Amino acid sequence: MTATVEEVLAGREVVVTCGSGGVGKTTMAAALGTLAALHMGGRVLVLTVDPARRLADALGLEALGNVSRRVPQDAFSAAGLAPRGELWAAMLDTKASWDDLVRVQAPDEQTAARILANRMYENITGTFVQSHDYIAMERLYELHTSGDWDLLVIDTPPTRNAIDFLDAPARMADFFSSRFLRLLTAPARSRFATAASRPFYQVADRILGSQFLEDIAEFFLLFQSMYDGFVERARAVEALLSDRRTTFVVVSTLEAAPVREAEFFCDELAARRLHLGAVVLNRVLPEWMADPAAGVLAHELDADPRPMAERLVLTDRVDAEVDVAEVAATLDTIADNYLRYQIVARREATERDRMARRADVVARVPLVAGDIGDVAALAAIAEELRRG
Amino acid sequence: MVAPGGSAPGLLDRRLLFVTGKGGVGKTTVAAALAMEAAQSGKRTLVCEADAKGDMADFYETGPLTFEPRTVEDGLDAMAMQTEASLREYLRLQLHVPMLVRIGALARAFDFVALAAPGVREILTVGKLAYEVRAGHYDLVVVDGPATGHIVGQLASPSGIRDLVQVGMIRHQTEWMLELLHDPAVTGVVVVSAPEDMPVNETLELLDRLERLTGVDLAAVVMNRVLPELFSRRQQEIAAALDTSGSPPLRLLVEAADLATRLRRSRTPHLRRLRTELGDRAPLLYLPDLFTRVPGRRTTRLIAEALGAELGVVGATRPVGGGP
Repeated sequence: MTATVEEVLAGREVVVTCGSGGVGKTTMAAALGTLAALHMGGRVLVLTVDPARRLADALGLEALGNVSRRVPQDAFSAAGLAPRGELWAAMLDTKASWDDLVRVQAPDEQTAARILANRMYENITGTFVQSHDYIAMERLYELHTSGDWDLLVIDTPPTRNAIDFLDAPARMADFFSSRFLRLLTAPARSRFATAASRPFYQVADRILGSQFLEDIAEFFLLFQSMYDGFVERARAVEALLSDRRTTFVVVSTLEAAPVREAEFFCDELAARRLHLGAVVLNRVLPEWMADPAAGVLAHELDADPRPMAERLVLTDRVDAEVDVAEVAATLDTIADNYLRYQIVARREATERDRMARRADVVARVPLVAGDIGDVAALAAIAEELRRG
Repeated sequence: MVAPGGSAPGLLDRRLLFVTGKGGVGKTTVAAALAMEAAQSGKRTLVCEADAKGDMADFYETGPLTFEPRTVEDGLDAMAMQTEASLREYLRLQLHVPMLVRIGALARAFDFVALAAPGVREILTVGKLAYEVRAGHYDLVVVDGPATGHIVGQLASPSGIRDLVQVGMIRHQTEWMLELLHDPAVTGVVVVSAPEDMPVNETLELLDRLERLTGVDLAAVVMNRVLPELFSRRQQEIAAALDTSGSPPLRLLVEAADLATRLRRSRTPHLRRLRTELGDRAPLLYLPDLFTRVPGRRTTRLIAEALGAELGVVGATRPVGGGP
């Protein structure tokens, strides 16, 4: 393994972290940003799309909005760090981003105002076409083309399916070209004109009510005025994802389900000819948890801890006043605990071997007790990532 | 969250339970185990994987789940939600127009409307599950629901649709759905959490949004992966002495015990915070960290037993919000 995470980041402008929920994806995005700010310099922005404000927690920021905020220098100096560059953070505000997009893409101000005022707009931007995924990619594109940033690290939304966001731009384009959208937005009088569409309207009217359909139709009619802009943008966003300045970092723990999803994700990236920069294995148990000699000893002690307890008391290795039975009980607990972790460590080793074959760069970040709640903790992870 | 004029219904006495939680906390594990425990206690139970990830099958070691429920144990059926199949069933049951129109094209059209119109996909999921309860096919329906980010949208979909749709069949149907969903004797949400910073934050945020936006009762919070206290104070001292004097393998054993102790200590404040903030809003159930990385029938059974024991404790003696 020659390359390192640092080398993967060098020469990139966009890093997308992905993986299943709960593996520490957001933290890893923040750590990658920290790594770049500390060692590579330049202006680095970490964009998180998660509404749970996880990045804000990790960066110790009180609130994040659609505005980018610089992580204060104090936060670094408090940790005894002198970054070469600047670390900034932003959280995606889905609603505000949609509003911005509508203002940019609508043919005129009046149409924009009508869309924004439509009573279905808010609901629709909240749910339709995985709007979180799309707007995240859209915002990434916006930030990239602004030319303000040397490196953008983007954390992907918690999707039901990890690849949803990759397809979001294409789906958005498909959506606007769909013949069903044309059906839906056809003028009411021509609705029953074709035999093909008649059953659709009959059933739809009966179930949903014609008023609802008309509301939808009006909304999409307005929305369709942005067709060209949207399709063009969606293509540009797609082009950015496959640009060689963009790389993907797949994050996973070594549990069965996240590993499976990570493997699936690696395959999907390959199928789409997108660049897999690194796999980061998070919260990995230390290797000595599967040490053979320690395992043998644990089994011995688990079977009968008394001989060793007696030996330890006799040789003054523990306080002479201690009862042998109590030493034996302690040893038993220790052995039992080791055996439990050993099972997990061994399973992790198997999963790790599988993942090692998936990418040129596979970095490991060990399990630590305690939270990632400040820059020092992020910098510690950054060091693990550099080590590989 | 106590039913008007009475005490909160027992968790498994409800008819429809939505299990949710932050990604990675063990939501599917808990849903699978909860359903298994209910079936063990004699209830005809349906468990439904609603987010189509396909993980649920591993917990029962069955083949892939389908929309058509299959029996995985005595008294326990399992299914996977497919909104298109749900729509097809709905059209067949409600419109009595089985193959009048080309169902494929119609389903595609609806799939499109589902993409376009708010809440349609969600209501097809909730509607199917509520229907199973209403029809009395099962005593209990357990839903492995979407993660915290999506559950509110799903549970709020019937009222969202009701507000948007003024007339039509759907509107009429949202009425009975809402009646079931808003009745705490029938429906409840089970939020799975873990004793770490972010899962607890997300759980607390979710509790507020559930209350404000869905009107669905919080049935329980499950704190998963609780680590046991390893040592007494005296044993801790003995272990510390061993650390400096033991053989290399023994030192590793002691170091592992030390990591376990530190992990537990780092988790305790989060557990405490959730317990305090939750107050008496719902029972808090604890599940131990099982030190397994692979789901399977055995793991599910162990969790089911632990859940059963917890439900017994919470129901009988332990005051709500009490615990280790």
